[in-house]
Amino acid sequence: MPEAKTERLLNLVICLLATRRYLSVQQIRAAVPGYVGDGERAGSEEAFRRMFERDKRELRELGVPLETGTDAMAHDDEPGYRIARSDYELPQIALQPDEAAALGLAARLWQSASLAGAAGSALLKLAAAGVDVHSGEGTLTPRVAASEPAFDACLAAVRDGRQVRFGYRTAGRPGVQQRLVQPWGVVSWHGRWYLVGHDEARAAERVFRLSRFSGQVRLEGEPGSVSPPENLDLRAVLARAPAEAATSTARVRVRRETCWALRAEASSITADGEADLLEIGFADPERLADRIAGFGADAVVLAPEPARQAVLRRWRAVLPEKPE
Amino acid sequence: MSVSADLPRLLSLVPYLLARPGARVAEVAQVFGVSEDRLRKDLNLLWVCGLPGHGPGDLIDLEFEHDTVTLFEPQGVTRPLRLTSDEALALVVALRALAQTPGLTERAALDRVLIKVQEVAGAAAAPAGRVQVTVEGAERVLPIVEQALTTGRRLHLRYYVPGRDESTERDVDPIRVLLVEGHSYLEAWCTRAEAVRTFRLDRVAALQILDTPAAPPPVPDRDLSQGLFQAGPDDILARLMLHPGAGWVADYYPCESVQEQPDGTTVVALRTPDTAWVERLALRLGGRAVVLGPEELIEAVRARARAALAAYGASGG
Repeated sequence: MPEAKTERLLNLVICLLATRRYLSVQQIRAAVPGYVGDGERAGSEEAFRRMFERDKRELRELGVPLETGTDAMAHDDEPGYRIARSDYELPQIALQPDEAAALGLAARLWQSASLAGAAGSALLKLAAAGVDVHSGEGTLTPRVAASEPAFDACLAAVRDGRQVRFGYRTAGRPGVQQRLVQPWGVVSWHGRWYLVGHDEARAAERVFRLSRFSGQVRLEGEPGSVSPPENLDLRAVLARAPAEAATSTARVRVRRETCWALRAEASSITADGEADLLEIGFADPERLADRIAGFGADAVVLAPEPARQAVLRRWRAVLPEKPE
Repeated sequence: MSVSADLPRLLSLVPYLLARPGARVAEVAQVFGVSEDRLRKDLNLLWVCGLPGHGPGDLIDLEFEHDTVTLFEPQGVTRPLRLTSDEALALVVALRALAQTPGLTERAALDRVLIKVQEVAGAAAAPAGRVQVTVEGAERVLPIVEQALTTGRRLHLRYYVPGRDESTERDVDPIRVLLVEGHSYLEAWCTRAEAVRTFRLDRVAALQILDTPAAPPPVPDRDLSQGLFQAGPDDILARLMLHPGAGWVADYYPCESVQEQPDGTTVVALRTPDTAWVERLALRLGGRAVVLGPEELIEAVRARARAALAAYGASGG
């Protein structure tokens, strides 16, 4: 019965918090109701041991700090247990009203069930410590979605420092490839989650989109076996765009009241009759054509010729081969 | 892992009640996110727990009066448990994300509470450095928008819509700021459209707080769980075939379906109320993509291409 277990665990925590000396397994069994046989099979030593092992595991998973050791005077072969209050308790914290509001705002960020739950239970602990944080909706609504199935596994992997093995669909390549990665971090960038880490097979840093993960993600290795490089700036890894210093200038004639994004990039704008003349810096004519071709008839590249031809090529490619 | 959620709740419940004599059971249940029934069961369980011996004076002592509860004897459970790694991570990562959003006026308070939470979390916060959320703010624009919200005033915006290559001037009554999908948005009542509109703040070219008080209609919080933009019933379904060089389109735009073909190409379908931006995208991609449908879209793209080629021909290209 779940309530019987909860009762036993709460009694166990109270008991171990109250004691200054380490309590032996037998002392615990005698002191905490629910271990001594209540007509169940818990009457046997075997059954008690198993029950106690499960209870210890559950307490550890919940973050309750179980301390093992022996007192100088003890004659037991096995170590005893206790909980040190200073390790157990949430330290004192006091928040100004604007700090409490800021924390409430931050706690609203998560949409993923696991992180929203964790934020919620964290605020409950603060409330239990006398710090009230209101996380009702205000005029600022922050949201981060984490709906990819791979998210929880990758989060656990970076939190615990373990390797991940997963199937990945690389953009532009058919099929699924297996990857083994030392995960350094997970980043949400423009609303999409990425895993940054060391790809074992390629022996290099790689960035993976979580939405391209395929199948189950497996965690491998001991906790703590993976450590990210010092001073790793996750955001910088994702923002890394090839630096394109302008080496040439294009002249583009644009119609009035159009091509706003191009105007923002232009190094100069001068009136030219009914239109405007823009000067735009670029390094690669193909990349420039990418920036201009979408404006169609509104933006005419006057010079240089390679840039002009790159734009014309794109438009010719969308027309059918035979003229209609 | 089937760790019960009951014990953590009880470990917080005892110190919570201790600090709030005469708390209303219904309110406590709401704070803890459980039914009143569940909370009463919790209180009954607390009653029979306590120090070894379980004699009088060993048990947790609480008393009911009408619909309130007062806890007198916590039997040592006077403070909540420290934060777990997940809890510390959830708070610290969120605080950092917002503290690093350019232009957010709450920044100073966020920085201060971040330090306090890190101190209180201790070693549990160590893995938080491995999770990062970036939110693009709008350095100049966001503080002005926040001020308009706080003072309840109308805003004048010059706003750029890239898909239609349009720059428009509008007066809007701000409702709320959304930080979602990595960007900042203003949800506001647009007096020109006479409807609620969502404006991405990095596309606001200029703005000004007006003297007019804002009077937006009450707009319920949106369900953002499926993303910011929902397909409407009249949306057009555009289908594109992408060569490997244009594969980024499938990742960048919200596509209804993405099918990778054995030959390395990708077929995507996406819904949109207005195909102007798809037409511009097709012109930009050129031979790296093929519009598969609908027919009107294929024709519209070709018409733009012909007009564009004519414009170049006309200028003696």
